[in-house]
Amino acid sequence: MSARQPVKPSDTKGGIQKQIQLPFKKAWQISLQGIRIRWMRSLITASGIFLGIAFFSFVRTAGLFPVDMSDKEAVAAANRQSWLAIMALLVCFVGIMNAMLMSVTERFKEIGTMKCLGALDNFVVKLFFIEAGLMGTLASLFGWVLGWLIMVLLHLATKGIEGMATSFWAGSLRELVLSVAIGVVITLLAAVPPARRAAKMPPVAALRSEI
Amino acid sequence: MSAHEYVVRTKGLVKIYTMGDEVLRALNGVDLDIRRGEYISIMGPSGSGKSTLFNAIGGMDRPDEGSVFINDVDMAQLDARELAYLRCHTIGYIFQTFNLIPVMTALENVTLPTVFAGISTDEGIERGMDHHRPSQLSGGQQQRVAIARALANNPSIILADEPTGNLDLKTGEEIIELLRQLNRDHGVTVISATHDYKMVNVSDRVVWIRDGVIAKIEERANIDLQIGQMHGGDF
Repeated sequence: MSARQPVKPSDTKGGIQKQIQLPFKKAWQISLQGIRIRWMRSLITASGIFLGIAFFSFVRTAGLFPVDMSDKEAVAAANRQSWLAIMALLVCFVGIMNAMLMSVTERFKEIGTMKCLGALDNFVVKLFFIEAGLMGTLASLFGWVLGWLIMVLLHLATKGIEGMATSFWAGSLRELVLSVAIGVVITLLAAVPPARRAAKMPPVAALRSEI
Repeated sequence: MSAHEYVVRTKGLVKIYTMGDEVLRALNGVDLDIRRGEYISIMGPSGSGKSTLFNAIGGMDRPDEGSVFINDVDMAQLDARELAYLRCHTIGYIFQTFNLIPVMTALENVTLPTVFAGISTDEGIERGMDHHRPSQLSGGQQQRVAIARALANNPSIILADEPTGNLDLKTGEEIIELLRQLNRDHGVTVISATHDYKMVNVSDRVVWIRDGVIAKIEERANIDLQIGQMHGGDF
């Protein structure tokens, strides 16, 4: 090798500019396509959210029917219901976390590759945010409907339309909003932090990750 | 881009891995100058530091000491967005495992770097001819798509990590020939980490890495003579 020339410090950065930020629309398109093509995988992930929220909604809907306070049995059952709701929330929390963590970790290599091709960290995070947000919203919505429907049908079969007054419908609406909010928040909490971590890694670390 | 003589220079590269109490110096002071338009093979047994050097050159990993200069720009001086710009415009990556994005078609894979570069290709994709997804392609076809993708933004450097490692002999030769053509006809600097002796035949220089240092650098003229020796397990 010939004698090395000293490396000249350069302040021009040789024509290197700042990478552009891609519009949200682009991330939206890629995310939608990802869900569509990975349809079966997305369904399995979403069913984790769906079932968790369905269980939660089932238990919470039961609590919407008025309890006859003179009936000791019924009061005890109502108390058990609130414990069940907490259990349901835990189950749903763990189920969603697990589903989303898996779906992010199995795509570390994809994240590393995208970074090699020039993706900015926050673009990668945006992709997962949109995907998780969409799946969380839809799965929680349908999950709530399922849980609610089953409880209402059970109630109709055993007690008829007794107790299904205005307060029940108002309560249902409140529960719907609450359940979807919980579902979306848990989904995003499970998906976005690991995606952000993977996006911040040097590409080689993301590419090397095995699951 | 200005016509500097060296497209890549490394200065005193050190990379240290610690596993428990053991400290491994995967790179232990590597100085390497790569000229514009060269075809370079980085060879060495596994664990030699070959991949570590390769990853440092590509900005895929940060060295613990020393610097990597791409077109005379110190990579350590770049912020995240400038690094992304560099990866997007200046370097094209080719991987042993192809690393196509599985949910995208071949064409979408090829145009993804242009999307990141902000060049709108919506219409191009609509009119695109290849709607095959990576899982529907053979290894050789996938690697060709990957090479097309690496070239999408007209990079001055192609970094190929064991590009023939997952291919059969004949397909491997075709891929090597393709890289050689790109190098000869378009002046793209090709840097590849490889075990493949077929790669040596077409290289301008071969850099041998051993125990984290450059053991020797061979010029093209000397390579042919020594091929027999290499096969004999000289290394």
